[in-house]
Amino acid sequence: MALATQRVDVPVIVDESKCLEKCTACIEVCPLDVLAKNPETGKAYMKYDECWFCLPCEKECPTNAITVQIPFLLR
Amino acid sequence: MDTQWMKTDVLIIGGGTAGTMAAIKAKQANPEGEVLILEKANIRRSGAIAMGMDGVNTAVIPGNSTPEQYVREITISNDGILNQKAVYQTGKLGFGVIQELESWGVKFQKDAQGEYDLKQVHRVGKYVLPMPEGKDLKQILTRQVKRHKAKVTNRVMATRVLVKDGRAIGAVGFDVRNGDFVVIQAKAVVLCTGASGRLGLPASGYLYGTYENPTNAGDGYSMAYHAGAELSNIECFQINPLIKDYNGPACAYVASPFGAYTANAEGNRFISCDYWSGQMMLEVWKELNSGKGPVQLKMTHLDEDTIAEIETILWANERPSRGRFHEGRGENYRTHGVEMNISEIGLCSGHSASGVWVNEKAETSVPGLYAAGDMASVPHNYMIGAFVFGMLAGTNAVEYVAGLDHADPDPEFLEAEKTRIYAPLTRPNGVPHTQVEYKLRRLVNDYLQPPKVDNKMEIGLRNFARYHETLDLMGARDPHELMRCMEVHFIRDCAEMAARASLYRRESRWGLYHYRVDYPDKNNDEWFCHVNLKKDDSGNMVLFKRPVEPYIVEVDLEREVYDVAVR
Repeated sequence: MALATQRVDVPVIVDESKCLEKCTACIEVCPLDVLAKNPETGKAYMKYDECWFCLPCEKECPTNAITVQIPFLLR
Repeated sequence: MDTQWMKTDVLIIGGGTAGTMAAIKAKQANPEGEVLILEKANIRRSGAIAMGMDGVNTAVIPGNSTPEQYVREITISNDGILNQKAVYQTGKLGFGVIQELESWGVKFQKDAQGEYDLKQVHRVGKYVLPMPEGKDLKQILTRQVKRHKAKVTNRVMATRVLVKDGRAIGAVGFDVRNGDFVVIQAKAVVLCTGASGRLGLPASGYLYGTYENPTNAGDGYSMAYHAGAELSNIECFQINPLIKDYNGPACAYVASPFGAYTANAEGNRFISCDYWSGQMMLEVWKELNSGKGPVQLKMTHLDEDTIAEIETILWANERPSRGRFHEGRGENYRTHGVEMNISEIGLCSGHSASGVWVNEKAETSVPGLYAAGDMASVPHNYMIGAFVFGMLAGTNAVEYVAGLDHADPDPEFLEAEKTRIYAPLTRPNGVPHTQVEYKLRRLVNDYLQPPKVDNKMEIGLRNFARYHETLDLMGARDPHELMRCMEVHFIRDCAEMAARASLYRRESRWGLYHYRVDYPDKNNDEWFCHVNLKKDDSGNMVLFKRPVEPYIVEVDLEREVYDVAVR
């Protein structure tokens, strides 16, 4: 199978200046399990574009580092 | 890849509305018994009410309505096809659930006299009880699960129920983070995995832009089927009137008691009742196809205070991102109607009637296997019905396991299932699950979206049957992608069931949900029955008629026809 890597605009945006390296609150509550830590920076990011724009990640972030946008195709 | 073995008395698969209640009630019935919730997300924020709920839609409160009135209402709105004894349970036991939720800290709306402030949304009775502060419902339930000492395993997805000598003896699945193979032995299994909400493809083309929480991919429908259980009314699809593109509720159940209503582009009403039914959906479909669309939920005529109150409720509960969706388009309830669209199809008894067959004790047709919530075949059951059937499943499962021992799973079955689950990981360069799922769900739209046409459904069925070959091309690179791959297997099973059940019932019923162009009329002489399906001993999907249980509440269906058209 030949595969290509394509860019996608993802809905969950993390403000890295506010994201705490030891915190995994957003990762733990995401129903679709799409958030992860960047192993190099220790900051959270949206690893998989599978979002229900449901907001637990944003609501449970202790430093308000997360903004959830409506996914581009629906916006 | 390691194997984890677990043992419990009662295994609950899915920790949403029904699952958390099933666990709590099982522990209340026997505090010594072991109860385990298996959840593929995290029960704190999982399932249909991950972000709470803005109201109870099936509240039968003494002094306002009776279980008999409620059963009548649902009998008529579901065109007579139901097990009244099961629906009666929701009417009879729902009030106790509401009181218990209240004792745990859930707040329901009350009037100045301290009485429950019920609203009319259904055609006849008042069953809608607002809960404007319902956003923390799931955290409250999670706290009670812990307080009752039920165990929880998050981030493990079940793929099959284990069956031995015709009874459910556990389940198998895998850890969606570390990939471990997980085998759980149980004396009874309760399936509470929600709707089949990723069946049709949303018009936006975004796979996860669904009405239902997209984790609810029909897991329980597929697992019950493979366990040999009967499923019922699968042809009675879930199709909802939703905010165009956003694909979530607008939500008329909240806004119509404040004076909002559904209108065509000219601002005229064309339905007399906003309660979701197939008949109502057929009227929306006709209006959209008459040139009088688009259809809108109209609030522009309401005063500022009312609109502000509606916004407060809708933008804090259930789907709180509604607010930013409207904002992003520069639209506002004060100046714009909410443009509505007909959703893609799904399966869900919470809103329609398609589910795993259960009786009034939440028992499926397989001993030791129970089902509750959106996936159990109790029509129009909504959140309170999920709580009630979770409660019934939990308490009856505890009674069932008394004196039972654990049974050993068949090693050959475990080995075969392990091979099936992990196959996509052996093909890291296989076709990505996103493309395999997109094509499958696009085919569902092409061939199953009502109005249903025989020739199209036959083509769809051939495609779904053949799709096993496509599933075998799917590749995954990590346990997370593997989870999505196995969900596509569930979706394929649901698509085949939806096609076969729709072809089997040769009449039209439930408005748009089962509107067949080739058989446009309702035919009570031949089809006043359930259409059930199951996997037979040779592994084939067989369909058959199951008679409607004798009514316990009399309803004259010749005279009482559900009709909400404004002519």
